[in-house]
Amino acid sequence: MATVAAGIANRISLSMPKANTDTRLDGAAKHFGAANIDIIRLDGAEKHFGAVRALGGVDFHVGAGECVGLVGHNGAGKSTLMHMVAGTLVPDSGAITVRGSAERDYSVPRALELGIRCVFQELSLCPNLSVAENTRINHPSLIGFGWRRKAAELIAAKLDEIFPDHGISASDIAGDLSIGRRQMVEVARAFTLTEDPLALVILDEPTSSLDAHTAGQLLAFVRRFVASGGSCILISHVLGEVLQNADRIVVMRDGKVVAADAASAFDRDRLVATMGGAEGHQRTAAETRKAEAGPLRVKARPARQQDGKELVARAGEIIGLAGLAGHGQTDLLLAIFAAAQRARTGIEVTAPVALVAGDRQSDGIFPQWSIAENIGIRSLALLRSGLLISPQREAELADFWKNKIGIRTPDMNNNIYSLSGGNQQKALFARALGSDAGIVLMDDPMRGVDIGTKLEVYDLVREEAGRGRTFLWYTTETEELDNCDHVYVFKNGRIVANLGRDELTEEKIIQSSFGDAA
Amino acid sequence: MTAASLETRLKASPAGGGAAARARMLRSLLPALSLALVLLAIAWLNPRAISYFGFTLMLNLAIPIALATIAQMFVIAGNELDLSIGTFVGFVGCVTATWLKDAPLVGIAVLLGSIGVYALLGALIHLRNLPSIVVTLGMSFVWQGLAILILPKPGGKAPDWLLSLMAFKPPLIPFPIIAALVIATVVHIGLMRTSYGVILRGSGGNAAALRRAGWSLLRTKIVLFALTGLFGVLSGMALIGITTSADANIGNGYTLLSIAGVILGGGEFVGGRVSPIGAVIGALTLALAASPLLTFMHIPPDWQVAANGAILIIVLAARVLISRKER
Repeated sequence: MATVAAGIANRISLSMPKANTDTRLDGAAKHFGAANIDIIRLDGAEKHFGAVRALGGVDFHVGAGECVGLVGHNGAGKSTLMHMVAGTLVPDSGAITVRGSAERDYSVPRALELGIRCVFQELSLCPNLSVAENTRINHPSLIGFGWRRKAAELIAAKLDEIFPDHGISASDIAGDLSIGRRQMVEVARAFTLTEDPLALVILDEPTSSLDAHTAGQLLAFVRRFVASGGSCILISHVLGEVLQNADRIVVMRDGKVVAADAASAFDRDRLVATMGGAEGHQRTAAETRKAEAGPLRVKARPARQQDGKELVARAGEIIGLAGLAGHGQTDLLLAIFAAAQRARTGIEVTAPVALVAGDRQSDGIFPQWSIAENIGIRSLALLRSGLLISPQREAELADFWKNKIGIRTPDMNNNIYSLSGGNQQKALFARALGSDAGIVLMDDPMRGVDIGTKLEVYDLVREEAGRGRTFLWYTTETEELDNCDHVYVFKNGRIVANLGRDELTEEKIIQSSFGDAA
Repeated sequence: MTAASLETRLKASPAGGGAAARARMLRSLLPALSLALVLLAIAWLNPRAISYFGFTLMLNLAIPIALATIAQMFVIAGNELDLSIGTFVGFVGCVTATWLKDAPLVGIAVLLGSIGVYALLGALIHLRNLPSIVVTLGMSFVWQGLAILILPKPGGKAPDWLLSLMAFKPPLIPFPIIAALVIATVVHIGLMRTSYGVILRGSGGNAAALRRAGWSLLRTKIVLFALTGLFGVLSGMALIGITTSADANIGNGYTLLSIAGVILGGGEFVGGRVSPIGAVIGALTLALAASPLLTFMHIPPDWQVAANGAILIIVLAARVLISRKER
């Protein structure tokens, strides 16, 4: 172990940038003998995207030879934080310090020079290039005669080391590989070594596309890497992985670090409780509506469901779809939407359907149209007089909803982009609610909407449900589920839990969506 | 992760990978197959055309088309499209037939400057995030106008060295075939085998991944556009070397021919999937199918353009069918 530490100290002093010979160096130099200086440290990192605060003053550090686990629910700010560590995002305010010296112009090339690398959650291989060629992209020094052979040997050796019997050839085109193998290549690529040092690797959900066997191989390799003096940040929604493999665990919530402690100080329950926050228990109980059993509206079973669980929605019910983002909720909503037009096996829909899109820029809004036209598009049959659309009836519909839902505009004939984001979303709600649809599907429509608008829409949804409309509401914000009569929790494209209103707690939802033992 | 999902994944991946590789193989052979088909048809209709002299005549215009196709391929590799390559070839032709002969230094400066303009267009398109179709469509009128200013009516004369180069008659193998082989080999090594060629193609495949690895996307775009300019210049010069004199409209057909050549050669509009060898083969196929084959089939010139289009549709339809099997 002593030689390892000396080796790290060596590497640190070798790669110390010469430009940074300011006063901070003195402080840093003192730590060198101990070799326990932080690889990277962020102080008070803040980041805003428009009006949304992604990170609010986060302090974060990783020591040498340490594996830090990072956990948190959707949108807690984990990925934003990691983008800063990797240099792909610049914090609005706050300081980044690498091995004791302040980094003023921190960027990707600088991070790579310092030995900090990242395996991003979204795959970042070029699908048109071979495995060896993809390796070359991360190594500017792989040039000149024979670089292809060198790159191929480099990646093949690392794949052999991490995933024995991986079955991937360096000449395979990345786009031809299965998603699991692409992830294996990407992970292995991050650990290949040429000129740049390798000190810290960020693994953002590295096992999300791996099966249990290869995930085990990867985690064992991470342990070996950390034991040999490397550092690692492990982000995973499989809590068991983090608990077993991290030395220290940092829990994030709402863009802040809420807990950071040795991994041994955590267990599953404490982790879940910290992620959900203590105030989860004392939520404001919305007035309990009496859910009388109305006629059946939707009965649907996800395509990947293997047991008998299925989603059932009756008239007048608000049904929540919960779980981690991208675990099949949107797919099921779209399947229900499609089933309303043409019969599909496994899905029964008995009323017209309207969808409120989550990504309003790409799926919701007609950018060239006025607010009134955007609202009327779902109800053209009702607005028609003869062969033409009656402008008068369109205006009536628009004005009715302008008052009812409170769209703040002087004129409904203005372009939809004259509205603020929240009001645009209201217009999309008006489109769905103004139609004849008995079933309204909501695909996480409240993303990036201010709280005032949210509360108005919640009231409207409850009111409309009282009139017999059915709502299927996918949301990544757990507080919104308080409005629901029933919540289905999704994991890996399947329904894993069906929680009634009385048994609904944030802790329970997190428990089911992180349920890795199942 | 349950055992069942693990099992299906294990089962699916090797078979899927093998099938994909087979379909890819088939697709990369498709350009060569279509060229062989066109050659067979010509041999069957007119056996005497398959000779040294016959090929020299039939492939006469294949060199400039191949060069223009390669030029187009570079922008397509970066997910862009150049609608000005045809009029640019015409502009280069006019410069070649006038200034390059009468005042070589001015001519060389103008041609190098035009490559610089292409590089600037690449920078503009990247920095302002403009659609390349719009920018190059605008530029096509600029090049055309400049060509007319230089040479208001057809005329001029190619420099003598260019004439003798294009009239070169090597023993045994016709010059156009040798030229095609050289072009394909040089560009294949440059784009497909060198380490920076990987970066250029990667910029079309997954630009975000490249940026995260610390590469400059501005630089890749500038390089790709400059290469397009370079091969556009070569195409225009080769064309004038064959026709001996220029006309401001001489290259107008090349825009669509070059795009068709790239696609016929196995390239795709997005995703950085291009093939220099395929592009040259595609250009040869188009050159052969354009007039020799159709003339031998006694199709009147009025219908030849339409017949050309029909060939294109058939080949591309075959490729779509193969790609669909891939999934």
